[in-house]
Amino acid sequence: MSNDKPEVMLMKGNEAIAHAAIRYGCDGYFGYPITPQSEILETLEALMPWETTGMVVLQAESEVASINMVYGGASTGKAVFTSSSSPGISLMQEGISYIAAGELPALIVNVMRGGPGLGTIHPSQADYFQATKGGGHGDYHLIVLAPKSVQEMADFVALGFDLAFKYRTPAMILADGIVGQMMEKVVLPPQRPRRTNEQIMKECPWAATGDAIKRGHPNVLTTLELDSAQMEKNNERFQATYRKIEENEVRFEEYLTDDAEWLVVAFGSIARICQTAIDEGRKQGLKIGLIRPITLWPFPYEEISRLSKKTRGILVVELNAGQMIEDVRLAVEGRVPVKHFGRMGGIVPDPGEVLKAIREKLIDEQE
Amino acid sequence: MKEEIIIAGFGGQGVLSMGKILAYAALLSGKEVTWMPSYGPEQRGGTANVTVIISDDPISSPILDSFDTAVILNQQSLDKFEEKVKPGGFLLYDPYGIKNRPTRTDINIVEVPAMEALFEIGNAKAYNMLLLGALLAARGTVEVEDVMKGLKKTLPERHHHLLDANEKAIRKGIEIVQEKLLPK
Repeated sequence: MSNDKPEVMLMKGNEAIAHAAIRYGCDGYFGYPITPQSEILETLEALMPWETTGMVVLQAESEVASINMVYGGASTGKAVFTSSSSPGISLMQEGISYIAAGELPALIVNVMRGGPGLGTIHPSQADYFQATKGGGHGDYHLIVLAPKSVQEMADFVALGFDLAFKYRTPAMILADGIVGQMMEKVVLPPQRPRRTNEQIMKECPWAATGDAIKRGHPNVLTTLELDSAQMEKNNERFQATYRKIEENEVRFEEYLTDDAEWLVVAFGSIARICQTAIDEGRKQGLKIGLIRPITLWPFPYEEISRLSKKTRGILVVELNAGQMIEDVRLAVEGRVPVKHFGRMGGIVPDPGEVLKAIREKLIDEQE
Repeated sequence: MKEEIIIAGFGGQGVLSMGKILAYAALLSGKEVTWMPSYGPEQRGGTANVTVIISDDPISSPILDSFDTAVILNQQSLDKFEEKVKPGGFLLYDPYGIKNRPTRTDINIVEVPAMEALFEIGNAKAYNMLLLGALLAARGTVEVEDVMKGLKKTLPERHHHLLDANEKAIRKGIEIVQEKLLPK
């Protein structure tokens, strides 16, 4: 095949994640099946990367085992990841906190479904708090990326890994059942080789690579620190990293915000439903715009603050009872009304429903 | 152009695969496309549906409240989606097992006796392909050649000996609709 024109493929978001991970030169995947993301594991098994790149793919006995395998793999400087859906991600929280405290790079994919509890298998965004505010114990953050398309599912694998290694902190792709199950066109990145041990030793001097003699000292990775003064110092170091991430890694996308009187804030695939609603609203003469946070943490507080100064009201649209709205309100600081429209438990609103909510909750209230 | 299509029926009738082959054909003809299934236990019975959007421009919402075209394979889906066809749009349906026929007068209703026609061509497994043919004839959304290329891509190689049988079913579907739509 010629290399000048990249091949356009048609696949599900979940499948795109699997393909993109292999092509990134990922070293290992550990996971346990759960709808609506099982195609990630299935596709990895079908592609058999252990025969080509040498990537390990393992169906673990549980989500708890999966995340601890990721913890182990990450400690050796390998690029490793896991994936699950909401209830499974809840099971992983202890391990995620350990990975954050160990200052280890790793990627976690959550294809959200309706909760709480075992819930439904249908799309949801109800894990926003869990993903962006911690989830596990202790003061830590994940870098949280919210894809809106199959292409972004593929692209955010490399972005997530790169950011995780750059800042030595776990990253999460926070997707939902729509973008996991939907098929779209996608252009996959070219195949990169997996890093060699020498490269890992050079790029990750902290990693426990089994080369203590060559290095002259052992690398000890632990999250236990019995001296509270030292533990506070560790926390200060983590926080300094988070401030750097907040400074450098905020990502968002705007749609028709230049002349917008009314602003919609939505993330992931729901932002696309809002986009169609906005197009329809514009045909009816309503000046509506959209901001889509791409990184949910770090959150685009500054940009939303800036936009709030030139809009009359904001509607936050989410597949939950109102979670991201808290961050939007922090950004807006009471300047304009911030309202919420959400569906829960796996129900997805259509564009007509969203436009009705924009009219009723936002525009009619104020006119 | 932009065409928003819903295909709905029982799980197992090939609703999702029909949408997939249509989506592949659209991809091969250079269009933008989204394929959004109802996923979950439906695959093992009950109703299943898939939304396929084909467009010259990038596609925003993969979830829709109205459609240009509906391909309906059972009563439950007809009850649910008849009202969601845009005025002037197309509703193709197989009357097999349908008690309450569609009643709207502001849309184009095309009856495709697909189940019946299967006996004629002697291939009970090509139900969805026959309906896909009917859709192509009624709407001309994609070319038959691209559908065949799409089939080749989605069908594992060990099943490629079935390509001819599938094409035959597609052609039969085209023939049924052409006969119906041609002025007598």
